[in-house]
Parts: sequence; structure tokens; C-alpha cells
Amino acid sequence: MHGEAFFRTAVVYLAAAVLSVPIAKRTGLGSVLGYLLAGALIGPFALDLLPHGETTDVLHFAEFGVVMMLFLIGLELRPRLLWSLRVPIVGLGGLQVVGTTALLGAAALAIGASLREALAIGMVLAMSSTAIVLQSLAEKGLSRSPAGRSAFAVLLFQDLAVIPILALLPLLATHGGATGSAAHDGADGGPGTLAVLATVAAVVVGGRFLSRPVFRFIAEARLREVFTAAALLLVVGIALAMTAVGLSPALGAFLAGVVLADNDYRHELEADIEPFKGLLLGLFFISVGAGIDFGLIGAAPGRLLAIVAVLVVLKLGALLALGAAFRMPLAQSVLFSFALAQGGEFAFVLFSFAQQHGVLGPEQTGPLIAAVAVSMALTPLLMSTEEHLLRPRLARRSRQADDAADLRRPQDEDAPVLLAGFGRFGLVVGRLLRAQGIRTTVLELDPAQIRMLEEFGFQAFYGDASRVELLAAAGAARARLLIVAVDDEEKSLQIVEQAQRHFPHLHILARARGRPHAYALLRRGVRDVFRETLGSSLDLGAAALRALGARAYEAHRAAALFERHDEQSVRELAEHTSGDRKHYVSAARQRSEALEALLLRDRETFARSDDGAWDPPGSRPDGRDA
Amino acid sequence: MTEAPDVLVLLSHPALQKSRANARLLAAAQGVDGVTVRDLYECYPDFHVDATAEQELLARHAAVVFQHPFYWYSCPALLKQWLDLVLDYGWAYGPGGTALHGKLALVAVTTGGDAAAYRSDGHNRFTMTELLRPLEQTTHLCGMRWLPPFVVHGALRRPAAELDALATDYAALLTALRDGRLDPARFAGAPSIDAPGWRALWRTADSTSEVHRAR
Repeated sequence: MHGEAFFRTAVVYLAAAVLSVPIAKRTGLGSVLGYLLAGALIGPFALDLLPHGETTDVLHFAEFGVVMMLFLIGLELRPRLLWSLRVPIVGLGGLQVVGTTALLGAAALAIGASLREALAIGMVLAMSSTAIVLQSLAEKGLSRSPAGRSAFAVLLFQDLAVIPILALLPLLATHGGATGSAAHDGADGGPGTLAVLATVAAVVVGGRFLSRPVFRFIAEARLREVFTAAALLLVVGIALAMTAVGLSPALGAFLAGVVLADNDYRHELEADIEPFKGLLLGLFFISVGAGIDFGLIGAAPGRLLAIVAVLVVLKLGALLALGAAFRMPLAQSVLFSFALAQGGEFAFVLFSFAQQHGVLGPEQTGPLIAAVAVSMALTPLLMSTEEHLLRPRLARRSRQADDAADLRRPQDEDAPVLLAGFGRFGLVVGRLLRAQGIRTTVLELDPAQIRMLEEFGFQAFYGDASRVELLAAAGAARARLLIVAVDDEEKSLQIVEQAQRHFPHLHILARARGRPHAYALLRRGVRDVFRETLGSSLDLGAAALRALGARAYEAHRAAALFERHDEQSVRELAEHTSGDRKHYVSAARQRSEALEALLLRDRETFARSDDGAWDPPGSRPDGRDA
Repeated sequence: MTEAPDVLVLLSHPALQKSRANARLLAAAQGVDGVTVRDLYECYPDFHVDATAEQELLARHAAVVFQHPFYWYSCPALLKQWLDLVLDYGWAYGPGGTALHGKLALVAVTTGGDAAAYRSDGHNRFTMTELLRPLEQTTHLCGMRWLPPFVVHGALRRPAAELDALATDYAALLTALRDGRLDPARFAGAPSIDAPGWRALWRTADSTSEVHRAR
């Protein structure tokens, strides 16, 4: 693909996505189905807009989206959290793979396949689609539900299982095909166990000890695109290294993500990789849609439909049985089963691998690949059925069980507070919240500050909170408060504007450098505005009153009264000062006018009244005293 | 001071700078050896009472005097806050709450109205004894021994000389309290500790400068 041709294809893919996905989402079908339909539409059996013979290349390239997705999932899973998932991963995942393999293998046997063929078919079809399942669950906000977690555990185990399956398949060969030439593809043909261990160790050790100084070095250059490049380099590099030693690149990226989950640069990495992941996954789904062989389906629609039905029903049955065995609440078990009841993208790779090794013939793999693609396309529909028909009926019955499960969620999840800026001001806020046991996600732009605080056991994440992607990566969608404590006024206003636009649910509390900044924040509708010097100035003023002989409580009340008056005047004057940003930046003159107005107000307020509290009844007018 | 202070005066006045009676009583209390005066509004202008410090202080004293103006038939807000925070369950009352057992409790209040107002036929309709019941019961629950109150009525209008004389009385009362000469049992039925007939129990011969007070 060169020049114009490349761009023409790009336009076809992009246009297909841009047109179909919003429509699919609007009609409640979800983005995945939108992409798949778009793919089918531009594919060879409908509009035929794609250059022939290249769709599989695109598919393989786009599969990198899955790698990125697993890297991002890894970033959100700290090792501790992953460890807490060990039972579902090994138990649930292991039983799913073994059980489904047995069921589907038996079905294959029943329609006349040999034992070896049946075993190969069973193993390959036991895999589900990581991309479709995780994307659909995330879109419905179910990733963190118990069912979402279980589905993730199973998918993770499947990723692990691909390695032994790749090793096993050549041993099942009966047709005596191209075994010799294809042997180098297998896991046993690659570098030895030592190389695998060395690569994994390099990822773990590098992630733990090297990544921080390297990221810091890059971040200090203060060029955003260089950090993005570094993030991409990291993921692509790890994928390549893993492939070289025969491990699944997705698994390698996942491992790297987990290792980096405690890293200060985690949210920046998430924000940088996220858009690439989204685009590549979209491309991947389109390619799957374009790859559905409607010719084959049209030739024997009944047979294909039967394969799809057997595949989906048997997988569903196995998953439901597992859900019952693991005592999932019924509603969660049903969601879990409907999510995973399809063939996966691994099937495309594994079937062609099996064909190369002469385990299965093309007359077998062709319809099976088509059936897997159709089952993938059916997943969003199955999940919609679950969501709209089954869940409402089950929800009532098992709400209590769900709530209980919710309480047992790992502690390690999203913090309710996002704190932007961890300098002199933010540090005090952060310490107070920490002293109260409130989990806070801290974003800070100065690598030196992050490093210094780290020595005292505070973790701050590197990143510019005025970027909406970074806010999202830091969990803004699920946080309750956003505390803006940065010292740069422009930056502070940008953060506020981004948060208000994209996360309107966030309660914003902001530090104001001075009155003009406070006015600007108030005009943007931020109610909780705190001028950074007001509290200390008033404390000092009260101390001065005491030093001059006032009673402590008298001084305290005087300061409190003044503070109330001053906060009120800031809020009133904010409405009268110009809303124009240009003004606020350059208005030295306006500032002095505002100060004059302020002093005038003080005089008016305090000339009339002194603190008349606790004056004895009737004692003031006649002035009688002892 | 050679011996440990015995009497703790908890003064609560939000505007002592405007006070006539309490300021004089305070000065009198400060002149008695072995009396610790704690000016609560000076200690806690933000109402953030340090309960632990207050409990330690209470533990070191054998008698507690609550001195304050009578606001809306009760104490100033900070003293209520102090009671709420310091008289802790398991410390002052409840299981194991014996820290205050046996300590003497005395209230020294100033009122704006004169004595006639605090009678069943007066405009406040109740006697001081009745109006002070909540505080009396509070100290009772903590195992303290209640003394009749020391009351300065008509604090706003009394001539300075009368207030000075009452301050002298107050000093004598605190001295008697410090010396352990006040036995609650002997004051049963007293409307106030300085009522005629009862003050002889603590007003000794050497401090009889002013025996007859105008009513």
C-alpha cells in the first residue's frame, strides 16, 4: 500500500467507523457491533471497498489493539489486586478452558470428527474474544462488577493457555501436512525456557527499577509527544520481545502493565496509549466484520447456523455451570456467561496454525472460522438480550447478593478524591485527607517534586491535569471530588474548564492565588474557592489583636466576622468584574479599582457595627458602666 | 505554692471585657492560693476543647467551680461544649467512669435579674435551685458532691461597692473549699450557699467585713 492507495483505504476505514459507530451506539447496540457491521458493509460481500488480499494484514496489525488493551488493563491492576484474583484466574479460567474443550470436542466427535481433530477444535473454540468482551463490558460500565472481574479472569487464563495450545497442536497432526516447515512457528521451536524467563525477568526488573528514572528523564524534557513516543516504544518493544521468545505479546504487555501499575507515570502512560488502543481495536473489529465469509455462509446457511448455535449454546451451558459451581449470584452468573459465549480472535490464528500443521483440513477450518466470526458479531446482541430481557427479572432477586459482593471489592480501586497540584498548598490538603484515611489520587507536573515527596512515602503521579485524557486515566469518571491546588492560574482555570465539560459530576474545590483568580473561578461556577493567603492573614491579624490586649475569643470573632464579610464581598465583586479572560490577565488598573471598592465596603460595614454580642440588655444606649 | 492546687475554677465568659461582676469574681479567685483558674474562652476561642488536657486538669483537683454568667437559664455555649467533650463515657460516667467520684462541685453564677425574679411568683417563675437542676444532675451522674450555688443577682445594676464585697465573699468561699471546710451534707435545703443563715458555715470571723447585704 503506497501513497494515495494507503490514504484511500484509510478514508474507507475511518469513514466506516465514523458513520456506523455513533449510529450503533445511539440505537443501543454498542460500538463493537457498529464496527463489525461497518466492516461487513465495506467488506468484499457488500460494497467491496477494500483492496483485496490485504484485510488479513490489517487484521493482524489491528490485533495490536488487544495488546494495548491488556497493557492498559495491567496498569489498573496492581500486583496485590492481581494476586487477589488468583483463584478466579486459575480455577474459573482453567475449568472454563478444560470444560468447554471437552464439551465442544464431544460435539465434534458426534458429527464424525476424529478424536485428535475433536480435541483441536475443542481447544481452539474454547477461547473467547478478549477484545469484544472487555470492550463491551467497559462500555456498559460493568468491568468492575463481579461478573466483569470473573470474565476478565477467564480471558486472562485463556491468554496463558494459548501458549501450551500452540505447543500441543502440532502433536495432534494426522494429515502429515507441512509439519516440517511450520515447526519454527510453534512455541517449542522458539528460544528455550531460559530466554522466556530472562525476558520476563527483564520486564519485571526494568519496570520496577529502571522505568522511573527513565520516565523522569523524558518527562523533564517537557515535550508531550516525546512521552507519547516513549509509551508506544515501551508497548511495541515489549510485544516484540515477547513474540521473539514465543510468548503472547498481549500477555507480555499485560505483565508490563501490572509491573508499572505502582509507577508515578502510570496515568500519563494510560492517557497516552488509550487513543491508540481505541483506534486499533476499532480497526480490529472492522477487520473481523470484513473478514466474515458471507460466501461460505450463503453456500450452506443451515449448516453454519447450526455450528454457531452449538458453539454458543455449549459455551453458555459450560459457563453457567461454572457460575453455579463458583456460587456466583444468578444475575452475575448470567451476565458472565452471556459475555463469554463466543469464539475469539485467537481462533483465527489457531485454526490457520492447525491447518498448517495438518491437524485440520481447510474444509473444516473454513466454516469454523466463519462461525467464530458470526458468534463474535452476535455477542453484542447476546449481551443486549441479557441486559434488557434477563437482567431486569434477575436483578430484583439477587440485588442483596450483589450488594454484598460489592462490599467485598478490593480496596485498591479508585480514590474518591483527585488532587491536582502537590506543592506547598496541595501537600497540606493531601496530608489532611491521608490522615483521615481518604484515598487520594495526586497529579503533579514537576518530576523533582514527585521524587522528593516519594522519599517521604507520598505517591504523586506525573501528569498535566488540564488534559482531559489524564483526568480520565486518573479516574475522574469515578471520583467525587476534584481539588485544584496548582499554583499556575491559567492552568488552574484550564483544569476547571476541562473537568466541568467532561466530568460535570465532579465537585470542584479550588485554590485561588488571589482575588482576580478567585473572581475567574467564581465566574466559572466554582463555589468552593479558597484564596491561599486569606486564612493565614486572618490568623495573623487575630494574633495581632490579642497581642494588643484583646481577649482570644474577641479576636477570633473579629477575624471570623471579617472573613465572612470578605468572602461575601469577593463573591459580589466577582459578578461586577469583567468576565473577559484578557481583562483578568492584564488588568493592573482594574485590580486597583477593585481594591478601592473593597476598602470602601470595609469602611461602610465596620464603621456602623462593632461586635455587640453579649452586651447586657439595655446597657449600650445609656452607656452606664462601672 | 507548696501544696498541690485543690480548687479548679472553670470560668466561662464570652465577653469578659464587658463584664462587671465576673471580672471582679475572677480577680478575687486569682488572689486565693491553691486555686487554679481556667479561662475557657481564652483557652478555646475556636471551641476546639482539648478533652484530654481538661481531664488531666480535673484529675489533679478535688473541687470544681463552674463560674459564669447565667444566659437563658443556662451556661454560656463554650461550657456546654466543654461538658459534652470532657465528661466522657467510661471516664466521667458509665462503666469505669469514676474519675470525678467524690469531687466537690460548686456553681458560681451571675444573673441580670434580681433575687425577686427567681421565685415562683417572680417573672422567671422558678428558683435558682430549680433552674440549676440540669447541671446538678450532670455532676450527680458523675458521682460529684453538689453544693448549693453562689449567686450574684442583679449583676448589671448593683453598685460597684456591693460587687466588690461579693468578690471578697467569693474569695472566702474558695478558701473554705480549698481547706475542706465545706461539707455538702450540712448544706441540705440551702437555697444558695451565701443565703442568710448558711454563709456563717464558711464565712469565718476574720473575714466579716460586711455581714449585712441589701436584698
